Amino acid sequence: MSSTLFTNARIIDPEAATDRIGSLLIRDGVIAEVSYDGTPDATGATVIDCNGKCLAPGIVDIGVKVCEPGERHKESFRSAGNAAVAGGVTTMVIRPDTEPAIDSPETLEFVHRRAVADSKAKVLPMAALTKGRLGREMAEIGFLQDAGAVAFTDCDAVIENNKVFSRCLTYANALGALVMGHVQDPVLSNGAAATSGPLASKLGLPAVSPVAERIQLERDMALVEATGARYHIDQISCAAALPALRRAKDAGLRVTAGASIHHLTLNELDIEGYPTFSKVKPPLRNETDRIAIVEALASGLIDIISSMHTPQDEESKRQPFEAAASGAVGLETLLPAALQLMHAEMIDLPVLWQKLSTNPAKLLGLPVGRMAPGAPADLVLFDPDKPYKLDRSKLLSKSKNTPFDGRLMQGSVIASFVDGKQTFGMKN
Amino acid sequence: MAFSARHLLGIEQLSRPDIETILDLADKYVDFNRKSHKHSDALSGLTQVNMFFENSTRTQASFEIAGKRLGADVMSMAMQASSISKGETLIDTALTLNAMNPDLLVVRHPHSGAVDLLAQKVKCAVLNAGDGRHEHPTQALLDALTIRRAKGRLHRLNVAICGDIAHSRVARSNIFLLGKLENRIRLVGPKTLMPAGIDQFGVEVYDDMAEGLKDVDVVMMLRLQRERMDGGFIPSEREYYHRWGLNAEKLANAKPDAIVMHPGPMNRGVEIDGDIADDINRSVIQEQVEMGVAVRMAAMDLLMQARAAERQSAGMMV
Repeated sequence: MSSTLFTNARIIDPEAATDRIGSLLIRDGVIAEVSYDGTPDATGATVIDCNGKCLAPGIVDIGVKVCEPGERHKESFRSAGNAAVAGGVTTMVIRPDTEPAIDSPETLEFVHRRAVADSKAKVLPMAALTKGRLGREMAEIGFLQDAGAVAFTDCDAVIENNKVFSRCLTYANALGALVMGHVQDPVLSNGAAATSGPLASKLGLPAVSPVAERIQLERDMALVEATGARYHIDQISCAAALPALRRAKDAGLRVTAGASIHHLTLNELDIEGYPTFSKVKPPLRNETDRIAIVEALASGLIDIISSMHTPQDEESKRQPFEAAASGAVGLETLLPAALQLMHAEMIDLPVLWQKLSTNPAKLLGLPVGRMAPGAPADLVLFDPDKPYKLDRSKLLSKSKNTPFDGRLMQGSVIASFVDGKQTFGMKN
Repeated sequence: MAFSARHLLGIEQLSRPDIETILDLADKYVDFNRKSHKHSDALSGLTQVNMFFENSTRTQASFEIAGKRLGADVMSMAMQASSISKGETLIDTALTLNAMNPDLLVVRHPHSGAVDLLAQKVKCAVLNAGDGRHEHPTQALLDALTIRRAKGRLHRLNVAICGDIAHSRVARSNIFLLGKLENRIRLVGPKTLMPAGIDQFGVEVYDDMAEGLKDVDVVMMLRLQRERMDGGFIPSEREYYHRWGLNAEKLANAKPDAIVMHPGPMNRGVEIDGDIADDINRSVIQEQVEMGVAVRMAAMDLLMQARAAERQSAGMMV
C-alpha cells in the first residue's frame, strides 16, 4: 500500500468552504483522511511538508482544445497533458472542434487511445452534437455516449436551425446527455474581431455588440425550457446576458454557465495596438462587463471557470488582427490568472476552487473536485503569492499564444498529483 | 520644431507641433510644385517602395509623383497581382522587401492595424497610406492644409464631416487631427453609418443634414463605400441622396463662405450633387488633390530627415 502524507498544508476545501492548515493522507490513489487537529497515523507513508502552501483539488477544465486529430503541430495529447499538470489541471474535458471533428465513435476511440497513451492529466472527451459540426444532422449521440463522450457540443459553430437544435436537445435529453452551447448569434458575430464601442471604432475593427450574446442565450433558454434538456453555456462574457441567465435559473431550468479566464481577467483595452494573442471568441469586453461577470461568478450565477485553451501556431497569429486566428492557450495560466481575482479580493480561494474544480466535476458526475475521504487524490499544491514574469517561450504547450506574455503574475504550481501519483513538480 | 517620428502610421500619435511642422513644410512644397522645373534632391539616392494591397489610383499616383519630385528612386508594386496571391503572408512580403534595403515603404492595406504590424518588422520608415477603417494620415494632413489655406487658420472652425463615417479611415484621421487643433467637429449621417461610441470622440453627432450643416465653415463629404456594404446600411442610394446628399439647398445652411471638400473618388448624385462638386466658388476638391502631393512630399522629407539625424547621433555615440 503506497501512501503519502501532506503535512502543514493550507487545505482548500471547496465543498466545506474552508481554508485552513491541516494534514492530508492519501492511500492507493485515494484521499484517506483529512485532519485539522493532529497528524493522522501514517506509518510508512512518504511525508511531504507543504510549508503552509495551498493544497487543493486539481482543476477540472471544461473546453480544452487538444489539436488531435488534425493539427498535432499546434498541440498533442503529450504536450497538452504536460501543460495541464504544470498548471494544476488534472482533468481536461476536451473539445471536438478538431480536424476532422470528433463526431463518430471511431474518432472518439482514436482520441481515447491517444489520450491514455500520452497525457499525464486525465482526459474526458466531448463529442460533436451534429455531424461535422455543420448543424444539419444529429451525431450518433447514443454510440458516442457509450464510447465515453461526457457532453455534446458543436463548440463555436452555433446551430442556427431551430428545428435541428431542438431535436438534438430532445434526443440528448432522453439519453441523459449534457449539451454545451456557445451563445453568440452567428450572423451578428460573423467576422467580428472586437466588441463594438469607442475602442473598436477607434481601431477600425469589425465589431459585434454584446446583444449577440443575449439573443443567442434567450433562444437557447427558450428551447431548453421547451425540451427540458440539461444545458451548459460555455462562456458568458457580458452583463447584457446575465438577466436572461438569472431568469432561466430562477425558473428551475437545468442550466449551468461558465466563464473563460480571459474574460474574467482581461478587457478590451488589451487589444489596443492590435496584439493578436488577445484575439479570442467572443471578443474581449469592456471593464464594466468584466466586473459584472466576476460578480456573477462570486454570487453563484456563473458556476464554472474554464481556460478555453485554444492553441494556435505562430503563422495563424502573425497576421493583421482581423485576419488572425482566434483563441489563446490557457492550461498553464488558468491558475495564476484566477488567483488575480483572489488577490483583488473579489473572490476567496474555496469559492474559486468550487468554480475551477468542484462544480465542473459535479456537472459531469465525476468523483473528483473534493477534499474528502474516498475521493480520487487529484491534487494541486501551489504557492498563491509567488511573483514572476510570464515568459511564453517557457510554456509547455506546443503553441505559445498567451495574452499574458510578459505580464507580472502571482501564484504558481509547486506540484500536481493525479490519482495520488505525482505528475509535475518537485522531486521527493 | 524637430520632427522625430520614425514612421507615419496615424494622426493619433502626432503632436500638434508635429502636425504644424508637416503643414509648414508642405506649404513650401505647394509653391515648389507650381514652378515649371520641379525637381529636388531631398531624397536623392533613397529608395521608396509603394505597396498597395488595396486598389488605388489617386493616392498611389500622388505618392509616386511626390517621391519622384524629391529625387527618390520610386517603385510601385501592385500587391494583389503578386506574391499575396501565391499565399505569402504580409510579414514575409515585408521581410523580403526589407532585405532589399528600401528607405521608405508606403503601404495601403485593407485590414486595420496591418501597417502598424508591418512597421514592427522592417528597418526602414513606414508611411501609412490607409489601413482598413483605421487611419489615413496623409489624407487628413492634406485636408488640414487645404482648410488652412482657404480659411487662413486651422483652429476654432466648425467642421461637418458627412456621410459614411463607419467605413471611413479618412473620417477617423480627420477627427483626430481637427480635434488636436481645437476645432468643433460635427458628424452628420445616417445612424447606421455611425461607428458605435463615436460620441465619445469629442464630436457632435447629427442625423439631419440641415441641422448638422448650420453655420459650419467646412463641409467635408465622404464617399459612400458601396464595396464595404455587406448588409443593408441604407435603404437605397436615391433615399440616401435625398436625405444626406449635398446639394445647394442643404449647403445653404452652412456659412456663406463655407468650403466643400471630398477625398475622392466621388459618387456624383449619391453623396454629392455634381454642380456643387464643380462650383469653383465653393468646392476645393481639386485643391485637395494638389495639396496631397505637397503634404506627401513634406511627410516623406521629414521622415527621411529624422532618420538621417538618428543615424548621425548614433554615429556620434560611437
